[in-house]
Amino acid sequence: MRYLPHTDTDRKAMLEAIGVASIDDLFTDVPEAARLDGLIDLPTKQGELQVERAMAAMSNQNVSASSVPFFVGAGAYKHHIPATVDHLIQRSEFLTAYTPYQPEISQGTLQTLFEFQTQVAQLTGMDVANASMYDGSTACAEAVMMAARVTKRDKAVMAGTVHPHYVEASKTLAKYSSVSIEVTEPELDSLDKVIAAIDENTACVVVQTPDIFGQLHDLREISRIAHEKGALVIAAFTEVVALGLTEAPGAMGADIAVGEGQSIGVGLNFGGPYVGLFACKDDRRFIRQMPGRLAGETVDADGRRGFVLTLSTREQHIRRDKATSNICTNSGLCALAFTIHMTLLGEKGFRQMAQLSHENACALADALDAVEGVDVVNDAFFNEFAVRLPGNAADIVEKLAKVGVLGGVPASRLYPGQFEDILLVAATEVNTQADIEIFAKALGGVL
Amino acid sequence: MPMNTQGRPTRIADNIATGGYAETTSGSKGLEQSEALIYERGSVEQCGVDLPEPKGTATRLGGLERKSELGMPGLSEPETMRHYVRLSRKNYAIDLGLYPLGSCTMKHNPRLNEKMARLPGFADVHPMQPASTVQGAYAVIGELAHWLMTLCGMSGVAMSPKAGAHGEFCGMMAIRAKLDADGQSHRRRVLVPESAHGTNPATAVQCGFTVDEIPADETGRVDMEAFKAKLGDDVAGIMLTNPNTCGLFERDIREIADLIHEAGGYFYCDGANFNAIVGRVRPGDLGVDAMHINLHKTFSTPHGGGGPGSGPTVLSDALAPFAPVPYVVLKDKHWELVEHEADAEGQPFGRMAAFHGQMGMFTRALTYMMSHGSDGLKQVAEDAVLNANYIQARLKHVMTPAFDGICMHEALFDDRFLKDTGVTTLDFAKAMIDEGYHPMTMYFPLVVHGAMLIEPTETESKSGLDRFIDTLEALSLAAKAGEVERFQAAPVHAPTKRLDETKAARQPVLRWTAPAAEEPIAAE
Repeated sequence: MRYLPHTDTDRKAMLEAIGVASIDDLFTDVPEAARLDGLIDLPTKQGELQVERAMAAMSNQNVSASSVPFFVGAGAYKHHIPATVDHLIQRSEFLTAYTPYQPEISQGTLQTLFEFQTQVAQLTGMDVANASMYDGSTACAEAVMMAARVTKRDKAVMAGTVHPHYVEASKTLAKYSSVSIEVTEPELDSLDKVIAAIDENTACVVVQTPDIFGQLHDLREISRIAHEKGALVIAAFTEVVALGLTEAPGAMGADIAVGEGQSIGVGLNFGGPYVGLFACKDDRRFIRQMPGRLAGETVDADGRRGFVLTLSTREQHIRRDKATSNICTNSGLCALAFTIHMTLLGEKGFRQMAQLSHENACALADALDAVEGVDVVNDAFFNEFAVRLPGNAADIVEKLAKVGVLGGVPASRLYPGQFEDILLVAATEVNTQADIEIFAKALGGVL
Repeated sequence: MPMNTQGRPTRIADNIATGGYAETTSGSKGLEQSEALIYERGSVEQCGVDLPEPKGTATRLGGLERKSELGMPGLSEPETMRHYVRLSRKNYAIDLGLYPLGSCTMKHNPRLNEKMARLPGFADVHPMQPASTVQGAYAVIGELAHWLMTLCGMSGVAMSPKAGAHGEFCGMMAIRAKLDADGQSHRRRVLVPESAHGTNPATAVQCGFTVDEIPADETGRVDMEAFKAKLGDDVAGIMLTNPNTCGLFERDIREIADLIHEAGGYFYCDGANFNAIVGRVRPGDLGVDAMHINLHKTFSTPHGGGGPGSGPTVLSDALAPFAPVPYVVLKDKHWELVEHEADAEGQPFGRMAAFHGQMGMFTRALTYMMSHGSDGLKQVAEDAVLNANYIQARLKHVMTPAFDGICMHEALFDDRFLKDTGVTTLDFAKAMIDEGYHPMTMYFPLVVHGAMLIEPTETESKSGLDRFIDTLEALSLAAKAGEVERFQAAPVHAPTKRLDETKAARQPVLRWTAPAAEEPIAAE
């Protein structure tokens, strides 16, 4: 087997050094009833070529985003990722390192995480950010639990327009805790029902902007009201690129910002791995209650600047049953990809990418709105919006796929039994005017 | 020594006064390049990507344009490349040398896995595409699930957990849901050995359980008398790592499983150490009800400096109906995705995260499994155990194994051999850095004083192990010979000397901020 260096001669010499006759003598602590005689019933080893063929056969059954006009969003977005990113994250020293427990030989990872934390804080308009969570949905769930610890209150209010997967992940994490989650009726154009649900027992209110329907929300009023009642505001986002063009959660009064960073550097990957972004205001109460790893600056024995993982007394490996979260492995390499892509973009490129995505979305909205029977629902959006169709959106999406267009996500896939005529569509800088025209024409054709 | 804001000496003359040219003007030393933060190198006008010029007209933002500042610097492509390549060279990695971090299974990461994960049909597909356009992606999930269930001898598997701790959460949630469904909601106490990973007690609490610790016996295994005494009507289950964190197989595991089942509880196995038994022992045959599998350990998906991981969780007949959504099913040769609790056949405890799990890790792990096959995987376990025992056998005359006898895939030493030398486990670990090795896991498990947990994995050659053993032997002898200063100063050959972790925690600096004003260098 090509990955196993020992020859039989090596193995024999090693068994002799250990002082046993055979490999079976090393497994004598296994109860006899559980010792297998032969091989487990699975295929035996194969060479690279054979494995490549088998994997390629499965890959070829899928329609990739780059091969067709593509307008799917709803929490994951197709953006262009520079070749430099994928090269750098495959550097052995990044790819095959562990969590930086030994800082003297992990400064590469640690300095990068420090840069990542700073970028995330700047994007969200927050003071500090952690070194990543699994994804946006689990970051959201952790934020709800953190808010309950900080406020010592047990009720969370989530807007019905927060990505339903984020709501479900939060409910799962809270399920057997003291925290109860109230989800308001989804409202497309206001936050009135969310605001009405905030009371003196509310630990936090979770609002997403742009929301799952792509609608943008001003968080200033809800922040003011929540703060008056002693509740924290958690701003969620699924499209980080929106922060290049729309107001930052921190500037609109949010206390914690959580979201998905997949758009920058990571790619679609059929849903994972992604990178959860988690940022909050600089408040001692907050930082000591944050989940996940934190890289911090310090000095070495000669007084030179260096970076370490810090404030570990929040974490499971020190704190065990009193930890702020059970998270250990997070999304390190995806955070690196995010940071490299963001460094290539800089503020200038990032804002430009956001503007291009928005302009393409505006062009798409105009083109779809012009199709007979189709109406754009949103009045304010970034790169994703909802359209009302004269029929079942799930059926129409299937018909579009058959003519080679991946035309969005039917809202009923996220809200079973509801919004059956609503289609969620997204555009980014990768879409061309030709793609948009093909989509509009195809949609008109299948209605 | 005067330093500038980037921690570099400002004048070479001072270096001469403090010992010659140990320092350089640039801060770099030959191939070891000094590298500032992007915030000290780039500018907000710089950009390393050429994008089309936006028209700048369209805006339907509803008056919510960003007015707050961003302040993120950019770098051109060559500068970006150099910045991160230079940083990468400050990291230790498996591809550089033996990485004996116990409990972490730092084995070779085959590059075929990387290549397969990047096939456009896997890397460039969206999780919410219509089912007809992602049949091959669902097939990967289904195929990997089949391998995992077969290797474990279990009837169910939840594929969506995103890492080991998330898998623990999945398994313990399934146990909680099962207990509730059976009217056993009063069962709230979970037994956890003192030697467990910190994630175990943290997870149990996250599921609303309380943690009751079980001590280890003198052989490093569960103290059976203490365990039996803790069984009762309020016990929900046990969370046990096997092989355990001392690197030992729990000999009484069948009896533990039987007793916990008789008491009305369930057996959660932490699968972090599955590499020791993969292909040779099926956890289902040991009475396990739930076990997460770290694809980023046993199945070689890269750790990436702290993730991403993937933690599929195998489940027994009793727990499988409570598996979370989503999952894939094959119906009439067509793969379908069950996304909603209402559509599920069983009683899912909920959804753990957005979408369907760590697809990028699934493709890598499946590639690895197909490469090895059942014969290769069995050899993996055997060579992993052989390597650990070889290290233990060859070092026991100078270091002190924590327990007698055969170990599994990890060799655990305590610090008795350092007694009266003035050298601590930490010093010993840092001295290994100077010798070109990543240290072993230290001070874990907690049940052993000054623990040093060495996991070589199966991908180390005999000659590589011999060099490593010779090095540890020499270090042990040096410690005993009184060379304490060398250990306390270590590392001196790393990119930095020992870092002040206390300062980092007491005065947390968690992000870059613009300096108030440049301080002029004082003239003499």
